[in-house]
Amino acid sequence: MSPAPIVDARAIHKHFGHLHVLRGVDLQVAEKELVFLIGPSGSGKSTLLRCLNRLEEPSAGSVTVDGIDMLDPRTDINKARQRIGMVFQSFNLYPHMTALGNVALALRKVQGLPRADAEAKAQAALERVHLADRADHYPAQLSGGQQQRVAIARAIALEPRVMLFDEPTSALDPELVGGVLAVMRELREDGMTMVVVSHEMGFARAAADRVVFMADGLIVETGPPGEIFANPQHERTRAFISQIERH
Amino acid sequence: MTGWERFTDSFFNARVMAEYLPKIVDGFVLTVWLALLIIVAGLALGLLLAVLRAFGLRPLNWLIVFTVDLFRALPPLVIIVLLFFGLPNAGIELSGFVASWLALTLVLMAFAEEIFWAGITSVPKGQWEAARSTGLGFVQTLAFVVLPQALRITIPPLTNRTIAITKGTALASVVAVQDILGAANAGVSFSFNPSPLTLGAIAYLILFFPVVVLGRWIETRFAWRR
Ligand SMILES: Nc1ncnc2c1ncn2[C@@H]1O[C@H](COP(=O)(O)OP(=O)(O)O)[C@@H](O)[C@H]1O
Ligand SMILES: [Mg+2]
Repeated sequence: MSPAPIVDARAIHKHFGHLHVLRGVDLQVAEKELVFLIGPSGSGKSTLLRCLNRLEEPSAGSVTVDGIDMLDPRTDINKARQRIGMVFQSFNLYPHMTALGNVALALRKVQGLPRADAEAKAQAALERVHLADRADHYPAQLSGGQQQRVAIARAIALEPRVMLFDEPTSALDPELVGGVLAVMRELREDGMTMVVVSHEMGFARAAADRVVFMADGLIVETGPPGEIFANPQHERTRAFISQIERH
Repeated sequence: MTGWERFTDSFFNARVMAEYLPKIVDGFVLTVWLALLIIVAGLALGLLLAVLRAFGLRPLNWLIVFTVDLFRALPPLVIIVLLFFGLPNAGIELSGFVASWLALTLVLMAFAEEIFWAGITSVPKGQWEAARSTGLGFVQTLAFVVLPQALRITIPPLTNRTIAITKGTALASVVAVQDILGAANAGVSFSFNPSPLTLGAIAYLILFFPVVVLGRWIETRFAWRR
């Protein structure tokens, strides 16, 4: 018997008005697994990720993360969210704070650490993304790749059990993508459970345990990267992959 | 008397000026107090309303928007006159000073709320999401992430609006407040000479010129580094 999955989302539906964006999605992620989520634009990948930490309220279904029922109104959602790190396409660093301030904010205000402890912890997180020497820089003084690594540090400083990445390299100039992917690889090697939405197929081949292909609000196909990329079972998957690989 | 002599005698009459200077100084002090009280109360109330509006409670927001539009639509002088001459009919007697303070505070509150609100909504949604995803609550996100960014954006328009509305303290002279203009007007009536008005204008310059320069400095000081 395999251990209970750390992320367990079942029968997730999401409506935006008349739009039925998620139409019954099941997603289980095992501890230390890296699940790679692909699919055409608008297929609901971001919405699914955001349902996992309840940035988006699912219309129906259940979400359990690390044993916590995320949709139970009695759940302390702010406490639960600390176990789920999230990294966004547009970095979303706080522009009025230094890199260190960005990472330390939740440590201080959510976890209640004294300033010195929070900053020590934040500094350690910046070291993990190789930006210890940029601690006192403001986001505007950092490259896109550095900003995204600070955003990763901001999430991992809280010692989450799961990390969600929503197209973390899509907004980056090509030469900056490698640095961010390298940090994600290191996280993975340290045993982090990760759900990654991305078009970086090379990264998927090298690092993913499982690839999930979504289309029109449904999971169409799932399997190890080797199988999905070399031998997709569904026509939609085949079309999507050949289109991506051409780029 | 030549035309020039008539002019200086009317507007720069040293004897009249010396006589009414103390009154103008009193008016100056009173105007400063009135302006400060308006600024403190108006900005605080405006920020409070904008923050309340951020909670997104429908009926409350309608009430806020209605109040704000009301005080933006009414000319400040009309509000002063209504409070001063109208409220006594309801058994509430306000002094000219209090009526003027309350009226201009409400006007500044209304404009400040709109400016603060525009600042809050101009902060990208991603900032809220990033903060909430780390476990910060709604109020914490507002306080530590959104408001600091919103306030920077609001400082230039807020400074301009605050200066414009505090200059409205001159309206208080209509309800017998001995502010700068009130004192100057009284001086003109008693001396049959407009020189006290010259003093008044100088007093306003002394008061507001530094404020305008300060506003300019604040604008550059808070210019956003992007
Ligand atoms: N807040 C929202 N309001 C309305 N429609 C939305 C919202 N967020 C996403 N959508 C719609 O849901 C669909 C799926 O979006 P998304 O999850 O972002 O897809 P993906 O990340 O796969 O590109 C799209 O059609 C999008 O326009
Ligand atoms: Mg997306």
